[in-house]
Amino acid sequence: MNAIELQNITKTYRGGVTALKGVSLEVAEGDFYALLGPNGAGKSTTIGIISSLVNKSSGKVSIFGYDLDTQLELAKSQIGLVPQEFNFNPFEPPLQILVNQAGYYGTPRKEALIRAEKYLKQLDLWGKRNEPARELSGGMKRRLMIARALMHEPRLLILDEPTAGVDIELRRSMWLFLTELNKQGVTIILTTHYLEEAESLCRNIGIINQGELVINTSMKELIGRLDSETFILDVNSTSDLPDTTDFKFTIIDERTVELELAKAHSLNNVFKLLTEKGIEVKSLRNKSNRLEELFLELVKNGVIDAK
Amino acid sequence: MLNKQYVVAVKSIWAKEVNRFLRIWVQTLVPPAITMSLYFVIFGNLIGERIGEMNGFSYMAFIVPGLIMMSVITNSYSNVASSFFSAKFQRNIEELLVAPVPNYLIIFGYVGGGVARGLMVGFIVTLVSLFFVDLHIYNVLVLIASVLCTSILFSIGGLLNAIFAKTFDDISIIPTFVLTPLTYLGGVFYSISLLPDFWQGVSHFNPVFYMINAFRYGFLGVSDVPIVWSFVVIFTFIIVGYSLVAILLKKGAGIRS
Repeated sequence: MNAIELQNITKTYRGGVTALKGVSLEVAEGDFYALLGPNGAGKSTTIGIISSLVNKSSGKVSIFGYDLDTQLELAKSQIGLVPQEFNFNPFEPPLQILVNQAGYYGTPRKEALIRAEKYLKQLDLWGKRNEPARELSGGMKRRLMIARALMHEPRLLILDEPTAGVDIELRRSMWLFLTELNKQGVTIILTTHYLEEAESLCRNIGIINQGELVINTSMKELIGRLDSETFILDVNSTSDLPDTTDFKFTIIDERTVELELAKAHSLNNVFKLLTEKGIEVKSLRNKSNRLEELFLELVKNGVIDAK
Repeated sequence: MLNKQYVVAVKSIWAKEVNRFLRIWVQTLVPPAITMSLYFVIFGNLIGERIGEMNGFSYMAFIVPGLIMMSVITNSYSNVASSFFSAKFQRNIEELLVAPVPNYLIIFGYVGGGVARGLMVGFIVTLVSLFFVDLHIYNVLVLIASVLCTSILFSIGGLLNAIFAKTFDDISIIPTFVLTPLTYLGGVFYSISLLPDFWQGVSHFNPVFYMINAFRYGFLGVSDVPIVWSFVVIFTFIIVGYSLVAILLKKGAGIRS
């Protein structure tokens, strides 16, 4: 079963701005799906329509088979939303925010208190459960929104840039938490500007550009489209680099070399040639994230308009 | 969603609303008690003694029902107006909009919160009034029905205001320029029989006039207008107000793009 089916969704705002021009998309149950695109491409509008915060102009949306037009409440009860902006009452404490939210989905208070304790502990917020939410740090606020979205145990979790402004340690702990949730069967849709995040978490990917879904494929397939990869090599010497047309070396400094490696070639060949020249490779890393390289390639080829 | 879950949902909205005004009780429950004490002292005691009787009752006894009703109206209205608008402003209204809560439950929850504050303030003001006058109840059913319906009506009014409001100014304009004049001219401080015929006629177009008179009838057994008419007017306004709010929420006015 598909968690989400969008059929030819369009959205024109009152001022005449067309945000979506007929987006069709299917996300399978259990998927971890990345929805990417430049700012203003239509990602948040798409999420708004799925979560019924934005009225669509035309098209059909179904969530786990429930039609958003005719079975709105059933469709809504499948979704947990973590929006981009903080949208809880800053004067209420986390425990109250969570129990209220569960109540809106019909979860009795007794059960809601048990779930709130579980998620507040899992997300390391239990100690702050009675503090006003406005006094939480940025990272805590993000985690509070995730806990709130999980209170009714949704089958589909939508996260709109959940790690924006979060430090790397916390970001990685959130990745682990989301991966675990996905393993438990929760379908996850993620929008993010951290392409490393999308690449390491998501199995499938959609890219929206100017209100149109220009790419919808598996992460593996998309990454496979990269013609070449760029690596940074830390070496003991750059004085006698191999002279070859198979790959391109660019010296950055006397101990660092940039290597552009076409898909047709392997790193084994590079190491072999370097060894022959007596050059030792101390370490190696990607110059940038592969998805990021691909994204830039798509911008370069005009597939994505990055204004 | 089953009916049982609907009950949990509406109780959650209501409880959130009640918690809100109890959390800020210094702003919500104390000021009406102080303001009304001043009214009782100045208008009831000091000036009232010189005025004498009104419709056969001491001036203090005459104005107490009107002042209680004035507190109920103001507090029911402002509770819903400020709470719903703040939820819009801080965007936590989205917590409700993404949840499987039908619009009529959102209305019930918010109006329920407004009624709870209106009645609580009405009760506090009634307790304060006991220091100044011996209150007798003429018809308890009329008393309860009139205060409850008025509170419901003005809670709906507050919600309507909050739906249209775009700034905090917008939720203070109606109470200041519409609600206060209607309440003061609705017969809180006088019987309309004191007015010239023309102004008596004009007073009949003021909905607050019917509410205050119904409530006063519950206490004193006197009214400037038949009680049945009072309830017809109150129910008509409730139905019209509720329908308007329901239509606006369905369209997503002010809350959905």
